[in-house]
Formats: sequence, C-alpha cells, structure tokens
Amino acid sequence: MKSILGNEIVKTALKWRSYISFLTIAIIIPLIDVGLLFEKGGWARGMTRGLASDFLIVGNIKNGFFITYFILNALWIHVPFLITLGAGDQLAGEATGGTFRLLLTRPVSRSYILFAKYVTTLVYAGALVVFMGVLSLALGTALFGTGDLLVPGRDLTILAESDVLWRMAAGIALATWGMCTVASLAFLFSSLVENGIGPIIGTMAVIIVSYIIGNLPVELFTAMKPYLFTTYLDLWAKVFEDPVPWETIRHSMLVLGGFSVGFYAVTWYIFQKKDVLS
Amino acid sequence: MSSDVILQTFGLGKRYGKRWAVRDLDLTVRRGDVFGFLGPNGAGKSTTIRMLLSLIKPTAGHVDLFGRSLQKHRSAALRRVGGLVERADFYSYLSARRNLEIVASLRGDDSHTDIDRVLDIVGLTARAADRVKAYSHGMKQRLGIAQALLGGPEFVVLDEPTTGLDPQGIKEVRELIRQLSQSGTVTIFLSSHLLAEIEQTATHMAIINKGTLAVQGRVADLLAAGPHLVRIDARPLDRAVDLLRAVPGVERAEIVDAWIECAAHPDSTPLLTRQLLEGGMAVHAVIPRRSLEEYFLAITEGASDVHVPGESGARKEDRP
Repeated sequence: MKSILGNEIVKTALKWRSYISFLTIAIIIPLIDVGLLFEKGGWARGMTRGLASDFLIVGNIKNGFFITYFILNALWIHVPFLITLGAGDQLAGEATGGTFRLLLTRPVSRSYILFAKYVTTLVYAGALVVFMGVLSLALGTALFGTGDLLVPGRDLTILAESDVLWRMAAGIALATWGMCTVASLAFLFSSLVENGIGPIIGTMAVIIVSYIIGNLPVELFTAMKPYLFTTYLDLWAKVFEDPVPWETIRHSMLVLGGFSVGFYAVTWYIFQKKDVLS
Repeated sequence: MSSDVILQTFGLGKRYGKRWAVRDLDLTVRRGDVFGFLGPNGAGKSTTIRMLLSLIKPTAGHVDLFGRSLQKHRSAALRRVGGLVERADFYSYLSARRNLEIVASLRGDDSHTDIDRVLDIVGLTARAADRVKAYSHGMKQRLGIAQALLGGPEFVVLDEPTTGLDPQGIKEVRELIRQLSQSGTVTIFLSSHLLAEIEQTATHMAIINKGTLAVQGRVADLLAAGPHLVRIDARPLDRAVDLLRAVPGVERAEIVDAWIECAAHPDSTPLLTRQLLEGGMAVHAVIPRRSLEEYFLAITEGASDVHVPGESGARKEDRP
C-alpha cells in the first residue's frame, strides 16, 4: 500500500498540471498585497468609517492579519476551481493517457489503487489551502506588520494581536477540511469521464448552483439549504468570531465529512464496476 | 493434463447495449503455446483481451487462468501474467525507468535488476532515463513489451504488438516473441489482424469474427486443412482453363478476375504447370493459396457467412 500511495504522490508531484493552481495563488496573492500597499487608505477608512466617528482607533488596522483575512475571504469562492484542476484529473487523467491499462492489469485490487489516488487528492487539496494561507500570512505580515485583527461583519469583532495566530492556523485547517469535500466531489466526477475538463465543469456547476440556491431568499431554497454541502464551506471563518461557536464548527465538520465519505463511496462503487475501455 | 492449461474461457461474452462484442467464446491455451488470436479489426480481439486481464467484466461466461477463476483469484492470477493491451501508453512526463518502477511496485517487487533485465531484452537500456514523451512509437511499443515482462510472468498477453511499427520494428518484435517462446518458460497469447504474422510466430491459433470463434487449433493443421486453391495466370486464359480441367485431380477450374482459380491437391501444382507448358501456354504466375488464407481474406474484406475450411475437423480439440 505504501508504495502504491508513493506512486500516486510522485505521479502527481511530477506533473506540470498539478502546479497550475499553486502558480495562480503565487501570483494573485502578491498582486493583491502590492495593490493594497499602494492603496492610500481610502479602502480601510471606508470599512471603518462608521467606527471612527464613535471610537478612537489606535494602532494599525491595515496589518498583515487583516490583509490575510481579507484575501482568504476574497479568494474563497475561487479556490474550489483550483482544487478541481488537480482533483478532477486523478482518475480522468489515467483514462485520457491510457495508463489505466498499466495500473489495473496488475495484482493489486482496484480498491487499493482508488484509495491511494483519493489520499493523494486530499493531500493535494490540503497542500493548496495551506500554501494559500501560509503565503498570504507570511507576505501580509512581512509587508504590513502585525496588529489587532478587526473582523468586519454584522457585529464588529476586534481580536487582540496575541489572539490571532492560532485562529489563522485553525482557520486554515478547517478550510482544508472543507476543500477536501470539494476535492471528493471532483474525484467522483473524475471517475465518470475520460477527459480532464469534465470533472472541473461538473464540480463547478454543482458548487455554483448550490451557492445560488443557498443564497436566494426563496422559501423552497431556504428549506434546501441545510442539505447542500456548500452551506458549510464557510466554517473556517467561524474561528474568527468571538466567542468561537465550536458547536457550529463541529456540526459543519461532521456534515462536510459525511459528504466526503459519501462521495468517496459512490466513486468506489463506480470504479469497481467500471469497464476500462480507454 | 489440466495443470498444463494456462488459459481457458467458458462461453465468454461481452455485450454493449444490444450488441454482443464477443459471444460464446471458448478458448484453450496450454503451457508453452504461442497462441495466435486472429481476427479482422473490430472482431472482438481487444474486448476479449481486456476480459482476460480483468479490465472489463464479462457479461456472460468466465475466464480461468492457471485453472482458477480469474474473478475469484484475480490478484494471484495476475501476478503470473504480463500484458500489453493495444497501444503502449505510459506516463509520458516520467522516464521509462520510472514508468517501469511504477509497474514493478504494483507487482510488489521493484528490484532494479529485474527492471534492468527487461530494459535489456527490448534494447532500451541506453534510453531508460529519457522521458517517454521523447520516445518514438516503436520505442514505446518496445517499452510496452518490457513492462509486460516484468517479474518474469508465465503468461504474456500481447495485443497487436506490431501495430504501427515500421518493417524493421515489426521484425524486431517478432524476433523478440520468438526468443521468448524459445525460452520455454513463457506462454504467449498474441493477437493480430494479419494471418502472415500468426503463421510466422504462433504454434496455435484461433480465428474470431464478429465476436464469435470461427476456428481454433494448431497453426500447421489449420493451414493444411481444406482444399487447396492455385491461382494461375496463363495465356490465353480460356484455353488454359480447358487444359487444366483435363488434368487428373483437378476438382474445379474457372476464370475469376482475369485469373484462373484451380482447386487441386497441393502436390499437383508441378503437374498443372507442366501441362500448361506442354500445351503451349504462356505461364505468367502460379500462386498456391491455402483455403484458410482465402477464408481469412474473405472475412477481413467484409464478406459475411463465409465457409470455414476444415471446420469440422479443426474445431475439435486436435491435440493428444
């Protein structure tokens, strides 16, 4: 099993396609940072205008923590797309390349191969989210320094500087958990088709439709909302609330985990029965 | 002896929608055979081979490898089998050696000596570090054979291994197959759409057409079976036909497409020629055609309901 997993990790790590997502993030985050660096402050003032009239704000609001939080929020909708680039290729890529014939005529059960590929997919998703989080945090604090984190929202929360770093770590971990569900869905679509584009389109279609249903104030849609996994993808942002709603986070984790297991089970069933014709 | 049977299929069939790609296929391959699996394109060869290697699941019947059900003992069976199915595809962004390492590790043994051994057999040692992307079609095909030989399998399944190769490549692959079969330890299952290829390399063969088995047996027996046909170009044609009809042992002589087709015993060809020459004919060509060849040409050219020569005798198990 170890060597089979090793194969899959190596195959993914040596494939140029795997790095497109990382490259995108490595370009977009410095771009945002530089953009904010030259921003003359109208933006930060705009967000806090209401406060400035009532409170005396001391210290540096536009700090690395705030920038990181801002970037994670802004990119959140787009990360699933980057996840599917890699995850959707795991099975479909073998079909396209004709290499399933190489893998599945060996004395290893399909379940093992599938499991190794699934673990690789999750590792990929996790690596991407951690990369995104660490890069924005490192670059943000390097360029803007640290300070108290002002969390915009319905109730304005201000988190003390010393209270922020662990929340960042927890947020990245929870974001990884959520993206594993997205990766599982892309993995499922990947088992259905023999091209690399199908799983990306399929996954994004599901996510976009789910987001729309989840956000339209229509009674029927509101009733459906708890059954959509996208409803729970914002769990990472909850660690920035004060106090942290651990019960909500636990529930979101369970639901997302359940979806991941479900997606994997369906994939397993399809893959067992699949006739390899590529 | 049943222990000598490497592969046996029982009523094997695969249906796609309403169409049977393969139906009621009973094949028997014994230890040491070079088994040629012959059929025109689209006859069901690849579908059959994919079932033998568990890539697709039969709709009907089952496959026994080494006397045990492939479905129930998949891993144990496949450990003793190496296969190349259709075009040799690899991870093109990885080196040939890395590709072989991946395959070897799936067999549970990735010793470098074994990888070196198969690279040496197919003559790719010097290029092993190159990415497969840079390989020519022929080199990929050779690498395909190399991966099929990893771990020293007892049964090697090669699906059209010479397809797309240049004449030199074809020669090399055939030579390789001959060497393997002469080692005596490997049983080879070889598919092809060329009778000449099977004739040159195989000891036994089966012909499949439209998904069903047409004939199966020893290559030598099958090729000798049935009446022989001689195609003759001798001028003037009509007088030559009359002369041939008078020769004892000639069953039939007629003009087909400006050739004379003459059904006669194979040994009578010199006699036919002499009669024509003595009758003052200008003999341009005398080409013996075996009936299996005629049959195979007919099915590859798309004729339906072709009579299978020597079917009654050859289809039965003809080995002791």
